[in-house]
Amino acid sequence: MQMLRYALYTGCTARESTPELLKSTLAVAEKLGIELVLLDEASCCGASHLQDYDDFLSLVLNARNICYAEKLGLTMVTICNTCQLNTAMTKHRLDTNPELKAKVNVKLAEVGLEYKGTSEVTHFLYAIIQDYGLENLAKKVNVPLSQFNIAPFYGCHNIRPSELQNLSNGGENPYNPTSLDDLIIACGGNNVDYDAKNKCCGFHAELQSPHTAAVLTGNALSGAIDANADWMVTPCPLCHLKLDVQHHGASKAIGREVSLPVLHMPQMVGLALGCTPAELGLQHHVTKVNFV
Amino acid sequence: MDGLKSQQVTFKLFRFNKDTDYLPYYNTYVLDVTHEEVILDVLNRIKWDHDGSLSYRRSCRHGICGICSIKVNGKAILACKARIFDLINVFGADMTIDPLSTKRAIKDLIIDKEDFWDKHAQVKPFLVTDVEENPSLENLVSPHDAEKLLEADYCIQCGACHYSCPALEINDRFIGPAAFAAAFRFAADVRDDSSLERLHIVNEETEGVWDCVKCMECAEACPKDVNPIEKITKLHNMIFDTGIAKDNVATRHAVGFAHSINKHGLLDEGELVRYSEGNIGVMKHLPEAFEMWKNGKIVMPWNMPKSKNLDEVKKLIESSSTVKF
Repeated sequence: MQMLRYALYTGCTARESTPELLKSTLAVAEKLGIELVLLDEASCCGASHLQDYDDFLSLVLNARNICYAEKLGLTMVTICNTCQLNTAMTKHRLDTNPELKAKVNVKLAEVGLEYKGTSEVTHFLYAIIQDYGLENLAKKVNVPLSQFNIAPFYGCHNIRPSELQNLSNGGENPYNPTSLDDLIIACGGNNVDYDAKNKCCGFHAELQSPHTAAVLTGNALSGAIDANADWMVTPCPLCHLKLDVQHHGASKAIGREVSLPVLHMPQMVGLALGCTPAELGLQHHVTKVNFV
Repeated sequence: MDGLKSQQVTFKLFRFNKDTDYLPYYNTYVLDVTHEEVILDVLNRIKWDHDGSLSYRRSCRHGICGICSIKVNGKAILACKARIFDLINVFGADMTIDPLSTKRAIKDLIIDKEDFWDKHAQVKPFLVTDVEENPSLENLVSPHDAEKLLEADYCIQCGACHYSCPALEINDRFIGPAAFAAAFRFAADVRDDSSLERLHIVNEETEGVWDCVKCMECAEACPKDVNPIEKITKLHNMIFDTGIAKDNVATRHAVGFAHSINKHGLLDEGELVRYSEGNIGVMKHLPEAFEMWKNGKIVMPWNMPKSKNLDEVKKLIESSSTVKF
């Protein structure tokens, strides 16, 4: 198998409040022989909030990020669903609107860059599934997670809007997504089915609409608990922050004590590949990972 | 029946009569369906061949009246448009058919849409303008100006997005995606004189666009590709552009991204919360922040990572910013 190489757009969260995500991503890539070139030049994707304030500025900044992947001649991989949404949305809008692309390129030229549209943008989850292959991954599993019931939590911005996401996620249907379930099975675990797995965690309304956000987090946790999950796994660090850190508020909002360990997608893969808890940064979790 | 593919499908059908039933229940029908059939065909067959008491709304059968919207396995659909074989591709051969909102069921698949219409009425979904009572010429809109509506006028008011919105499910004062799309449709109309009034309505806390959770469910649910979340984003932009944005946690949260990116390239997560909430409001986050700090999840200001070539980012923010707050 030819060595896989990607430009890694870490996003902000993996460099700040979820250091364990960056750590485990790099550990898993090394185990699988995937080369990740860090895009240290990249700035924040705007998280759909800068887009509310200044849409054009968000396009210019996201296009600049993609430029650096294009310079390397590599596909950009993301490890945050919201980075994926905003970067892929920028790419789609510029690739389908030559006028807009030209306008953005006038600005980028001021700093010596040009957006061409030559790099694809995909989430690490889908890079593993489509490029590395679940069969190849399963062959590398030496600590199968067979004793665990694992609840997948997909995160909105990898699956919706499907018209955009299907350009990079292998045609996943947002009403019945399967990628994360398939990954759990490839790692030897038991995937748990529950209603909230493809629903919203509430993260983006946390400050301005705290009750709504907390109820959504509570619904997700209680759904996984009722489906007899031992822990949850998510490809999105923003969902992770809600589910891992904010279960107290969520419990209060839904009137029921809900708390469950939540792993980042690469942490789960890393466990199955035999990485140590320290290599995966499991000590950083607020809801303690008590099963390894 | 040459060339007709058929398959057996199990339909679990929501049944409830508000006047006589204490709780809803499901009836199960196993039917052979062909690749030509849509969900409405199956509902008709069940009503005509099995149980005449089954109630559901139907009218145009052409995906334009919006009355037959229901949910199949949680996915909002127009019964007259959704082909059963397409649904089999997504869900397999077991389908649960529910009303758009089970808690609003009156009889089986028929719901009380009063809240939907109330929200619509709230945004004044009509053109407000002074026209002569007996005009001698048409009030023309150029194709260029018509494009500004971004096809928001394609909405058929079926309620698919409204009853798929998780924020609305929790906060019943939230105006919701369908009415937001309607607000945009008229606010973006060059003939309209009430754009600003509508923007004020959707700018309110708890009710307005700021409480959107950005889950994209509305874009996914819409059978006419109206893409309500795109219109919600446009309303946010218009609120800033017209200068009516209030100084509150929601607006500061959006603006804070620009400040932080200008300083670090990356987002300073802690500072964003402080900037959005203010020095007093931020206190309520301290218990969680302490938990995060204990576990190595807080980057101190003096250790804040910065993007390489930050000068480029600063330069682009200076030259490409289109809004001031």
